[in-house]
Amino acid sequence: MENQMIHLKINGIPAEVPAGSTILQAAKTVNVDIPSLCYLKDINCIGACRVCVVEIVGRRGLTAACTYPVEEGMEVLTNTPAVRNSRKTTIELLLSSHSKKCLSCPRGNNCELQKLSVAYGADEDRFSGDGDDKRYAIDDSSPYLVRDNNKCIQCMRCVAACKNVQSVSCIGPIRRGYNVHIGCAFDKPLNEAACVGCGQCIVACPVGALTEKSQTEAVWNAIADPSKKVVFFTAPSIRATLGESFDMPVGTNVEGKMVAAIRRLGADEVFNMDVTADLTIMEEANELIERIQNGGTLPMFTSCCPGWVKFCEHYYPEFLPHLSSCKSPQQMFGAVLKSYYCEKNGIDPKDLFVVSVIPCTSKKFEVTREEQRTHDFDDVDVALTTRELAAMIKRAGIDFTDLADEKFDDPFEIASGAGTIFGATGGVMEAALRTAAYKLDGTTEAVDFNEVRGTQGIKEATYTVGGVEIKVAVASGLANARKVVEMVKSGEKDYQMVEIMACPGGCINGGGQPVQSDAVRNNVDLKTIRAKALYDVDRSIDLRKSHESPVMKLLYDEYFEAPGKEKAHKLLHTTYVERSAH
Amino acid sequence: MTIAELNQIRNEYEDLVKVRKLVAEEGAKLAEKTGYRKQILVCGGTGCTSSGSKKVIEALESELKKQGLENEVLVVKTGCFGLCALGPIMIVYPEGAFYAQATPEGVIRVVDEHIKNGNIVKDLLYKETVHEDGSIISLSETDFYKKQLRIALRNCGVINPEDINEYIATDGYQALAKVLTEMSPDDVVNELLESGIRGRGGAGFPTGRKWAFAKASKGDVKYVCCNADEGDPGAFMDRSILEGDPHAVLEAMAIAGYTIGAHQGYIYVRAEYPIAVQRLEIAIGQAREKGLLGKNILGTGFDFDIEIRLGAGAFVCGEETALMTSIEGHRGEPRPRPPFPAVKGLFGKPTVLNNVETYSNIPQIIRKGAKWYSSMGTETSKGTKVFALGGKITNVGLVEIPMGTTLREIVEEIGGGIPNGKKFKAAQTGGPSGGCIPAEHIDTPIDYENLTALGSMMGSGGLIVMDEDTCMVDISKFYLNFTVDESCGKCTPCRIGTRRLLQYLDKITEGKGEMEDLEKIESLANHMKSSSLCALGQSAPNPVLSTMHYFKDEYIDHIQNKHCSSGVCKSLLSYEIEKDKCVGCGMCARNCPANAINKTDYIAPGKKLPAYEIDTAKCIKCGVCITNCKLKAVVRK
Amino acid sequence: MNEKSLNTFKGTIVQEEQLKAVIAKHHDQPGGLMPILQEAQGIYGYLPIEVQTMIADGLGISLSEVYGVATFYSQFSLTPKGEHKISVCLGTACYVKGSDKILEAIETKLGIKSGECTEDGMFSIDSCRCVGACGLAPVMMVDEDVYGKVTPEQVGGILDSYLNKKGGAEE
Repeated sequence: MENQMIHLKINGIPAEVPAGSTILQAAKTVNVDIPSLCYLKDINCIGACRVCVVEIVGRRGLTAACTYPVEEGMEVLTNTPAVRNSRKTTIELLLSSHSKKCLSCPRGNNCELQKLSVAYGADEDRFSGDGDDKRYAIDDSSPYLVRDNNKCIQCMRCVAACKNVQSVSCIGPIRRGYNVHIGCAFDKPLNEAACVGCGQCIVACPVGALTEKSQTEAVWNAIADPSKKVVFFTAPSIRATLGESFDMPVGTNVEGKMVAAIRRLGADEVFNMDVTADLTIMEEANELIERIQNGGTLPMFTSCCPGWVKFCEHYYPEFLPHLSSCKSPQQMFGAVLKSYYCEKNGIDPKDLFVVSVIPCTSKKFEVTREEQRTHDFDDVDVALTTRELAAMIKRAGIDFTDLADEKFDDPFEIASGAGTIFGATGGVMEAALRTAAYKLDGTTEAVDFNEVRGTQGIKEATYTVGGVEIKVAVASGLANARKVVEMVKSGEKDYQMVEIMACPGGCINGGGQPVQSDAVRNNVDLKTIRAKALYDVDRSIDLRKSHESPVMKLLYDEYFEAPGKEKAHKLLHTTYVERSAH
Repeated sequence: MTIAELNQIRNEYEDLVKVRKLVAEEGAKLAEKTGYRKQILVCGGTGCTSSGSKKVIEALESELKKQGLENEVLVVKTGCFGLCALGPIMIVYPEGAFYAQATPEGVIRVVDEHIKNGNIVKDLLYKETVHEDGSIISLSETDFYKKQLRIALRNCGVINPEDINEYIATDGYQALAKVLTEMSPDDVVNELLESGIRGRGGAGFPTGRKWAFAKASKGDVKYVCCNADEGDPGAFMDRSILEGDPHAVLEAMAIAGYTIGAHQGYIYVRAEYPIAVQRLEIAIGQAREKGLLGKNILGTGFDFDIEIRLGAGAFVCGEETALMTSIEGHRGEPRPRPPFPAVKGLFGKPTVLNNVETYSNIPQIIRKGAKWYSSMGTETSKGTKVFALGGKITNVGLVEIPMGTTLREIVEEIGGGIPNGKKFKAAQTGGPSGGCIPAEHIDTPIDYENLTALGSMMGSGGLIVMDEDTCMVDISKFYLNFTVDESCGKCTPCRIGTRRLLQYLDKITEGKGEMEDLEKIESLANHMKSSSLCALGQSAPNPVLSTMHYFKDEYIDHIQNKHCSSGVCKSLLSYEIEKDKCVGCGMCARNCPANAINKTDYIAPGKKLPAYEIDTAKCIKCGVCITNCKLKAVVRK
Repeated sequence: MNEKSLNTFKGTIVQEEQLKAVIAKHHDQPGGLMPILQEAQGIYGYLPIEVQTMIADGLGISLSEVYGVATFYSQFSLTPKGEHKISVCLGTACYVKGSDKILEAIETKLGIKSGECTEDGMFSIDSCRCVGACGLAPVMMVDEDVYGKVTPEQVGGILDSYLNKKGGAEE
């Protein structure tokens, strides 16, 4: 029955789609676009916004195409006067309670409501409200996110992302009717709630109600300050996504242009964070082996994703001993720069301004963790999302797409392919296995661990390296992470190592990445295409294992001695904090 | 319990209940047989409880005891008789003497004069039941009851709803027995289809078809739900049935369970109905005790049980998908259909959901047959309908009429007309989802199709009568205020549309309306009808659209002349004291809550004291001064 | 839009035990959140953050979900109610007979709006939709007492009688 095909007509065009498809999906197959605002594939399907209404011949009123399943012989009309008029009126109603500060809105040119308003010729003043577009205070209490509910259109995509994708549910609809608004329990500010900062709500938002807390001004100021030496480093996945902000095809690797652009912004040095991804592997592989050999707490969970770490602190504090004590690559880089790098170059760490470019909003929180400081100030001064970097490049008037490629600066230029694939789900695990295998039995063979690749939410594999059987699991998306943790908790599953990334598909799909509209997200597999750019890099270079990187040799020879040794332990490892689940 | 035991209880209690249906000598004879020479029925419904029936019952019982009559007189606390305006109501059988507005003091007289000495206390009777010549007529012959036909309400005001034996005495649970032993699920569906019964909760979907769909859905677990979330303000049909005859609903739900293959039922009832909830709890408890709910019902191997879930104040939960979402423990937001509840309903399982009144008809359809039921009513609407009659009408209360009865018969005959000699202006049916029917359509026979054609709807059965003092703009504002409050906020047209519609109406009633607002209202209203997610949003504009259709002049009067002919819209009114009529008594000033009335220097010719005047800036237009001025010197303009 | 209660939470251990028993009773029942909230409000009179947190913990769901449900239904209250709860019916039958004027008179008399509680904690006002006493319209309730066919002039006297009652109870 499942493969049964249904035949219908959409605007007179015959279509044939599998049973269970919706009208919206069926229309796409015959190149008919039906607009939508609340629908987000696999995440939110509630039929609430009513922008996707269509006429079904023989059925009274209009029908939401996003939820209505196709029926044999059905005739659907998507472009009648009634349909156009209804969509226009719905948009006008939304506009009547929407704060229309569109000219300076961060989502100004990338707003789904605005696109539809233009397309349907909506009159934004037709149902002008009574000044109630300024009803809500803006919540900018957290270090990473700003919620302006005056722009919210109640599509519930953020709520669905938080609940269904992440199983966090720290935001939800409050009250009812016209007074429905999205917020935390008891309307508390976000920084007082058990939010993990993943930012999946931001990339789900069709309008400008949710944005990252922009810190570009601080970076501009540092660049303009002659007493500061400003260094940037970019996370592995930025090269694979930054181009999207400049209308380049999804999955284009723009590493060279990115480095050139950052240099033109005025950065004194531009470094490659893949290097500290390698460093993380050196420490983490070592820690894993020690835990296995010395009866330590297993399974060991990775700790490079700050969203996952905060999730664990809030919801599974009893699992904190399972977390690897390794800092994340961002924090390791900060520590290396403000210790080794400053010492070597005779810089007062106070004068070094460190900017990380990351695909993540939670890393804006991570940089403020006091327990991770080398000195009595933050190791990383500002964490910029991909979107903020793109905004800076645009403001600086840099013609990004035509820039000639440039290279990262010495000494943090060269990294292994293992460091690069950190940006996709399974990447950390694969990188760790490559090095762990070498450490356990000296093999130089094992490179590809295909079982942990791919975008499915939970992956499992068992490898035998150096006579040791290692059972691993990889999860991305915190709802999947919760499943894995629960399985471990109940004793149903028994692993040695678990990799968790908070965002589905990993950092390439992070909450700080360029926002793609529903029209793209519902039809293109962003996760797979973006991840491919990283695996292409890994495949194309010879240096594929972290422990083979010359930069690692340099760092350990000159400064850290060996993984886990005193200095490494002090600077590259950390502790965690128990937090409330509410 | 077996069917034989069920029949035994029926035989045992039959006479006791029959006394209440026979009057005069026949009843008296039967009464002697039952051991109680008199039965006193007192209404314990919400209406009469509010007017003090508890104290009446207490007084009655203590007086009977005092007089040593407690063993020969049976006091029965019943459900609603229907005539709520006359509460507390008390009827003495076998005479059928109908005492209205009973008081503890009156009760002592009744016990003394009537029960003890056999003299009916005529001055305490409902005056309609006393002929000019002093003879009394039975309740069923009064104007209020004559045109009624009580099927859903057949036991309300007749039996003690807290005693399952009295329900069994009126053939209760015989339909369930018949279904379990003589009928297949298909037979039940066919019987309902043939009877023509349609859902009494609003849209009027054929009940038989609904059950057939749920029966056809595959699944081991299915549910039967009862919608008792009667949220329509001014409607209390379902409450009265639950208070007066709860077992009828339980029996019907068990029949539904058998038909579709479900073993669990849920009744979702408003928490504002404490008496109904309590009676349901008692009824469920007694039914379980007797083996009429639970495992192996009547020894047939069929299992079915019922749980009560309370609403928490959300009108939208009367919508079937929202109701189920609420039972599941979530915000009561509707879900898109399909999937329909019959396929994927409560907890994702196939579910049948009907309202209280629909269920209460079903046992009788099973016992008396589809033909009996379909012989009543009109071509498309069979059977009867219960209405809660309210507003500007003499006999406020609960009535059940055959489909096809005209509005005029309800208002003028059953309802006793409009009080204070005022004129009928409109009747509102369907509550916030319905519309107003104006005087010109008062002779329309009531059925589903006719009401829809008039721009209203059957709804659950609220029927509010309005007279010339009712402003139609204000009344549509009242309903919109309600839907703005009660919109769940999920879909755009309802969430924002209701609010914008209300803004336009506010504007108009404040004297700031423009003619183009009427066009905007109409276009927005039509948008909401076509594009809202659920019935609440789709029907929310009905009160506005129907009043604009029938009373457009009133809207225009408000907009163009800034005038409210009913004198309701405060912003369009002003109060003034005609100084030459004022004697300076000061009653108006003393009672003015806003201290807006002051003494002047002017003494009218022939008067002794200075006149008063109203400071219009301070006046809150409450009208208290008008009611306090005996000389009619205060006028509203 | 901050709903934080100004009153400090004064829950007792007895109440907490009762709540725990309620949660245990409904824990495994499908859709148990609503009955728990209803019974919790019965125990505490309202649903402050402390109570909702215990419920969230007890059911293993997020506080935000509990709060979303609690703010959806009008019967749930986040603030304490007065010692005497006044409720004015604004159902259609009562409205047509002028119950809005009754509400207005009560609001004027107590100096608070519907949904609020007087400073001394004596009275709180709410409106409701149909208590089913349409025959007595317009209707107001104070606690369990129903007053039918009320006029705005009677309001003062009705409310005063509760103040006197309070004095009597203390003697």
